[in-house]
Amino acid sequence: MLSNPLDFEKPIAELDDLINELKKVSADPAERTEAVTNGIDIEAEISRFESAREQMARQVYANLTPWNEVQMARHVDRPYTLDYIGMIFEEFLELHGDRTNADDPAIVGGVARFGSRQVVVMGHQKARDLKGRQLRNFGSARPAGFRKALRLMKLAEKFHRPIIVFVDTPAAEANLTAEEDGISETIAVCLREMVMLTVPIVVAVIGEGGSGGALGIAVGDRVLMLEHSVYSVIPPEGCAAILWNDRNRAAEAAGALKLTAKHALEFGLVDSVLEEPLGGAHRNPTGMAAQLKQAILESLAELAPLSSEELINQRYERFRNMGRWIEVDSTTDSAIQA
Amino acid sequence: MARGGWFSRPSRNSGSQINVPEGLWSKCPGCSEITFNKDLERNLNVCPKCSYHHRLNLQLRLSLTVDEGSFEEINAAVASVDPLSFPDYSVKMKRDTAKTGMNDGITTGRAKIEGRPLIIGVADFGFMGGSMGSVAGEKIVRAMETGAAEAKPVVLFTASGGARMQEGLFSLMQMAKTSAGAARLDRAGVPYIVVLTHPTTAGVYASYASLGDVILAEPGATVGFAGLRVGNQNMGVKLPDDFQTSEFQFRCGMVDRVVPRKELRTTLSRLLAFFGEETENAQ
Repeated sequence: MLSNPLDFEKPIAELDDLINELKKVSADPAERTEAVTNGIDIEAEISRFESAREQMARQVYANLTPWNEVQMARHVDRPYTLDYIGMIFEEFLELHGDRTNADDPAIVGGVARFGSRQVVVMGHQKARDLKGRQLRNFGSARPAGFRKALRLMKLAEKFHRPIIVFVDTPAAEANLTAEEDGISETIAVCLREMVMLTVPIVVAVIGEGGSGGALGIAVGDRVLMLEHSVYSVIPPEGCAAILWNDRNRAAEAAGALKLTAKHALEFGLVDSVLEEPLGGAHRNPTGMAAQLKQAILESLAELAPLSSEELINQRYERFRNMGRWIEVDSTTDSAIQA
Repeated sequence: MARGGWFSRPSRNSGSQINVPEGLWSKCPGCSEITFNKDLERNLNVCPKCSYHHRLNLQLRLSLTVDEGSFEEINAAVASVDPLSFPDYSVKMKRDTAKTGMNDGITTGRAKIEGRPLIIGVADFGFMGGSMGSVAGEKIVRAMETGAAEAKPVVLFTASGGARMQEGLFSLMQMAKTSAGAARLDRAGVPYIVVLTHPTTAGVYASYASLGDVILAEPGATVGFAGLRVGNQNMGVKLPDDFQTSEFQFRCGMVDRVVPRKELRTTLSRLLAFFGEETENAQ
């Protein structure tokens, strides 16, 4: 049964309704008798519709457009950072504050036990209800959030603990207060300092990887993406506004931006994509969490033997080499060979 | 999108078409006065009446900043590709290459200011809004790596609408890439100076442009995080008249000095002396 179905999930939801109706009939002795006397085999019908539903779901989720992936990544039922922390780690103790002037609830973090390891874990935090959304600012971090994140990363470094980061934000906060408080500078400093941290950093994009607000805490040695998460230089709505002066063409922009997990992997900008349960992580959060836990464990195991210097060098080279360009013969006039 | 004070300010974008005035006269986007072009040039492309700082192209910027004949370009051959096959990207690149004679919006090289060597990078807004794609990121990192290897100060003049969305996630990653370059410079103890020019916003401002040991800004430049059309989170909030300008960022503590163009070379020279001179208290 789908809660909060997206537009492209409607046909599946309709089948679910049908199956539910049949199950009600099956459970009600009077209706059941009536159906049987009419020659209807309820159990056979249910199983026929269930297999049709399964087939349809496979087909729908195998053919999602980039915009559908954005919708999935933003789905209100999708597990958020604290959900995963609860399912993956033990003894999580949240730590607060940027040691300057605030605690930003849009980024949460703290210490936790991960199997036999003590780790620092953090991530953007969204919420499902109105009050929570206001508190978490829709997962859009303010400068205090980035300062807190960096402070916790330095804590990890000081005590030689690996860092695990969950990314799920539409973008960094961009209002007057954020600007006055130096949002650009705090993101930039996070980027610079993360490159030089002496401990392993594993990043998982679990929902929206929204431009600088995401990357600001995502300079990792390993970057994983969930199948239906997205990672983009600009929100598709913003891209559509700039290109065509029309925010309603976001779906088209999502296609042009190639912001899906599959593309990010193809471009070599992330290390792996974790397959989600059919219909998305929110249809089976514990299954997703178990898989994510396994992937983080493997990443940490790969990084464990590296010295601090090796870690930093590899991280530097990793990000330093990102990009696609060509070298043209500068003596010719026709420089561009695109 | 109600942006309050924003619209009441003179539009700088409308002035962009005449940043290098052609013909005898031009109209100032700051005060709408008509100025004799020779007077404008003599005044470093700063309006003699209202001090509006017209944008400079590469040649003018270099001629106003570095010692005559000292500039030697490096990495000129790095050029863009179209990794996403993004709509109209190749067309726009060809158009702007023809318009500016450059491969991309940023030019880097070795130069001297009053005899002191430095690595300089100059962004030109005329090439796709100075946006940062793979080429800008690569040239900036190479400039920083050269600066670190040769122990020469790196001075970057920024002018960019932000990351180049036509290269998608590749462009976003240039924020991390250029910041990695800045980290390497930082750890190598090599000076890094940023000069924010009109406009420096979004992904560029939120990465290498905010990481200078010293950050200078030209008067009146747009400097800020979110562009006008991307976010409208300020609905209903009265914005200060100088929101997202050099002066605003200066007030917020993000800029060391707002430096009029005619004082820029001497200011840079003063800083280079601070960084470069052997003094008695040096260990």
